Amino acid sequence: MGEIELKTAPADFRFPTTNQSRHCFTRYIEFHRCVAAKGDEATECEKFAKYYRSLCPGEWVDRWNEQRENGIFPGPL
Amino acid sequence: MSFTGIFHFFTNSPCDAAEPWQLGSQDAATPMMQGIIDLHHDIFFFLILILVFVSRILVRALWHFHSKKNPIPQRIVHGTTIEILRTIFPSIIPMFIAIPSFALLYSMDEVVVDPAMTIKAIGHQWYRSYEYSDYNSSDEQSLTFDSYTIPEDDPELGQSRLLEVDNRVVVPAKTHLRIIVTSADVPHSWAVPSSGVKCDAVPGRLNQISISVQREGVYYGQCSEICGTNHASIVVEAVSRKDYGSRVSNQLIPQTGEA
Repeated sequence: MGEIELKTAPADFRFPTTNQSRHCFTRYIEFHRCVAAKGDEATECEKFAKYYRSLCPGEWVDRWNEQRENGIFPGPL
Repeated sequence: MSFTGIFHFFTNSPCDAAEPWQLGSQDAATPMMQGIIDLHHDIFFFLILILVFVSRILVRALWHFHSKKNPIPQRIVHGTTIEILRTIFPSIIPMFIAIPSFALLYSMDEVVVDPAMTIKAIGHQWYRSYEYSDYNSSDEQSLTFDSYTIPEDDPELGQSRLLEVDNRVVVPAKTHLRIIVTSADVPHSWAVPSSGVKCDAVPGRLNQISISVQREGVYYGQCSEICGTNHASIVVEAVSRKDYGSRVSNQLIPQTGEA
């Protein structure tokens, strides 16, 4: 693995501001909605996972995963 | 300071860190900082113009209307020409300052191209953790590290006091970077003067800044929010894309190997 591919979540025109908190949250929800709609194996959801992992701090993702497991996630899944 | 001391002082001053008695800005590393420096010079032109003009009027008035020279003051209450002039000119000058200022402000805000990579800079009391998550294939963080300021009593020879950190942020040069700034406890900030960036790190909020470092080098910054006793430093090291690739894969391989 010599050359690393530089690729990340693109700029999203729904979130043009400095504050990107909702960008991260939306991408996280989009991924889980996509999985819910298309099943675990669907490859088209993988990009949303990459986006939210790029944008969200690891700590946030861990907390949301825990909340989903306990059924107390605050977002519309 | 001895002669050798002076010599040492001049040869050892790091190029992209604050210097003792520094008055101007640090050398620009990003187009944004270049814009800031240029705007500063633009505004300074008007500043000096106004300063000279106002001082001249002031000194002239003191000289000509001194009570000994001119015991009976003139009672002029009207002067249409001068009133028009002193209304028009002060309203044009701010316009000349405002136009480049707004142009710079909005160009800094705007993300023109898609960033090539994202780095998350998370402030803690008192260190910073950085996450490079573009290469992750699961929610487990694979490339995360903490960056602590080197304490006052043990910098190595040539290191700057309270500026150096143990793990520098390595970024590729000439690449559009997105930096997501946030905090895990109290408000911190992420500021690197030579890149023209100063961004508050607020817990629960992700602030995005985009920079593109134009030359390879080591850039020093410090927390710019009163966050507590050990106000942490920031060191950004820009390397070429090729070197960046090998740095990242060196960090990734041992860790993914363990997992």
